[in-house]
Amino acid sequence: MAKEILQIKDLRVLFPIRSGFWNRITDYVRAVDGINFSIEEGETYGLIGESGSGKSTTGKAIVGVQKATSGQIIYKGLDVTQARNRKKLGYNKDVQMIFQDSMSSLNPRKRIEDIIAEPIRNFEDLTTDEERQRVQELLDIVGMPSDSIYKFPHEFSGGQRQRIGVARAVATNPKLIVADEPTSALDLSVQAQVLNFMKHIQQEYNISYLFISHDLGVVKHMSENIAIMHRGRLVEVGTKDEIYKHPMHIYTKRLLSAIPKVDVEHRDENKRRREEVEAEFQHDQKKWYDKDGRVFPLQQLSPTHWVALPKKEVQAQLKEEK
Amino acid sequence: MDRQKDVLLDIQHLHTGYRLGGKFYDAADDINLTLKKDEILAIVGESGCGKSTIAASIIGLYDHKNTKVTGDILYNELNLVGLNENLFDKIRGNNIGMIFQDPLSSLNPLMRVGDQVAETLYYHTDMNEEQRHARVIELFNQVGMPKPEETYAMYPHELSGGLRQRVVIAIAIACKPEIIIADEPTTALDVTIQAQILDLLEDIQRQSHSGIILITHDLGVVAETADEVAVMYAGQIVEKADVKTIFEHPLHPYTRSLLNSMPQADDEDAADLHVIQGTVPSLKNMPRTGDRFAARIPWIPASAHEAEPVMHEVEPNHFVRCTCYKEFHFKNEEGVQA
Repeated sequence: MAKEILQIKDLRVLFPIRSGFWNRITDYVRAVDGINFSIEEGETYGLIGESGSGKSTTGKAIVGVQKATSGQIIYKGLDVTQARNRKKLGYNKDVQMIFQDSMSSLNPRKRIEDIIAEPIRNFEDLTTDEERQRVQELLDIVGMPSDSIYKFPHEFSGGQRQRIGVARAVATNPKLIVADEPTSALDLSVQAQVLNFMKHIQQEYNISYLFISHDLGVVKHMSENIAIMHRGRLVEVGTKDEIYKHPMHIYTKRLLSAIPKVDVEHRDENKRRREEVEAEFQHDQKKWYDKDGRVFPLQQLSPTHWVALPKKEVQAQLKEEK
Repeated sequence: MDRQKDVLLDIQHLHTGYRLGGKFYDAADDINLTLKKDEILAIVGESGCGKSTIAASIIGLYDHKNTKVTGDILYNELNLVGLNENLFDKIRGNNIGMIFQDPLSSLNPLMRVGDQVAETLYYHTDMNEEQRHARVIELFNQVGMPKPEETYAMYPHELSGGLRQRVVIAIAIACKPEIIIADEPTTALDVTIQAQILDLLEDIQRQSHSGIILITHDLGVVAETADEVAVMYAGQIVEKADVKTIFEHPLHPYTRSLLNSMPQADDEDAADLHVIQGTVPSLKNMPRTGDRFAARIPWIPASAHEAEPVMHEVEPNHFVRCTCYKEFHFKNEEGVQA
């Protein structure tokens, strides 16, 4: 088995709700409510969820932009939720991020050279010439012409800007890149371009990705292991095949049946299946969630497959399959 | 003629140009489309291909100073191009309903959602206040709104994205329009909500026998809902056929490339996705002669393209622009082909 690069243990991010005359904390929004998973070296880990499921908050907590309320993120044996350990390990250099909206994540008043060189300047001590050479190399990697270093972000198309974002993320030779919906603002053909570049870079530099997305097609194309997130908790964890071929939790089934398929022949059939799953989901909420509406703790089915269901429900489902 | 009777909207030689630095550039170039009764016509293409321009031209919502629209959009012997604004006000919302991409920005944040639906009825029908209220509740039921009475008095920010889009749909179908134009109706929504909204649109269409123009960039959505499909590239329609033909025997290089670049949930191999070389030219730099897609497939010899590409009917009701599809092959297939 490959080496684990990052372990997330019982991570929780809560946002307080204040109300009343004294503005006291009355409740919490449980954006991330106790999740566990680990990312292996050189793999792409897919994190799927709908809006509001807490997937972006998880990504932010891993990069360190969002402070975790409790829980641990273990990197090289140390807990990096503490700033002291982050500094000691050079964590901020080793973990980078690619954002969804390339227009608002690139400074409009800086030239591409300065944008890409910024992480290099933060972590490395290079002369001006060395730095420029490094920037040129990075632009080469993502297939951008060399004269783009003098241009500003607005002079590029959406796909090109996202490639600049990728170049900036790999500038410090990171071990892990958190990609938060990197292609959801892009057209199909451009999306293909960016995804291909991300794959090539991964193979060349042995980078791990945490690929956060709501698009199940894209995640399947990119990742080996997948976690499905819902209401701040994980509902199902497994390899690509386990999730797509043998989904156990109704929420996973519901997501899978809702993807529009390029299959004109069977579209009525698909629609019928979708309606069945939806009816099952609506009908038996008690079966899938505990009395507070939370997702159950994960149960292990196989060495890689976990599902958030009570024990007897899991057994019943396994029987049904046989 | 029987065929003629079912035609709701007949678009002929539509040119819509935007003024850029004193000159007009056509964003929609010579569009010919017909929308029939009981039909969902999908217009699909990437951003900037002119699909929303067509929608804006049909409903007359464009900046009249800086936009030039020529050609014919025939609706019931009425030409919607250059139609008198007062007359247009009667048609818009009454005979033609509209659904936009972002429900939060197409609803008034200071008005209760029920009143916003009732407003359409106020302008287009003679109903009194009570009748309007009753009709709104009926519409809310029709679009699957839970607790319609309570929702009536809510403001848009109190509703989730899916419910907001249902309100917009309720407004669009309030006067039982013959034509509904849906411009990226599900792009801002989650997949599960998207499936619900698309099913709802289909149900509405089946009940009211209206024609729907569905504008989208998502090929999956097209495959699931459309009857007829028009694929657009750089302001022109490049391929037009029924939905089965488009997905099973696509002919135009652009359609084929687009389908190939799509990562799918049920495809097995994790090979590289197909990438279309180059970029879409900007409106100003769009080549006005020759095949516009030729620059993106440079390995196809120039002799394969027509000098002035026109639509060819290769099979009944299957139209393809230019003759280059006959010689087209994907680049990595070159060895296989030889």
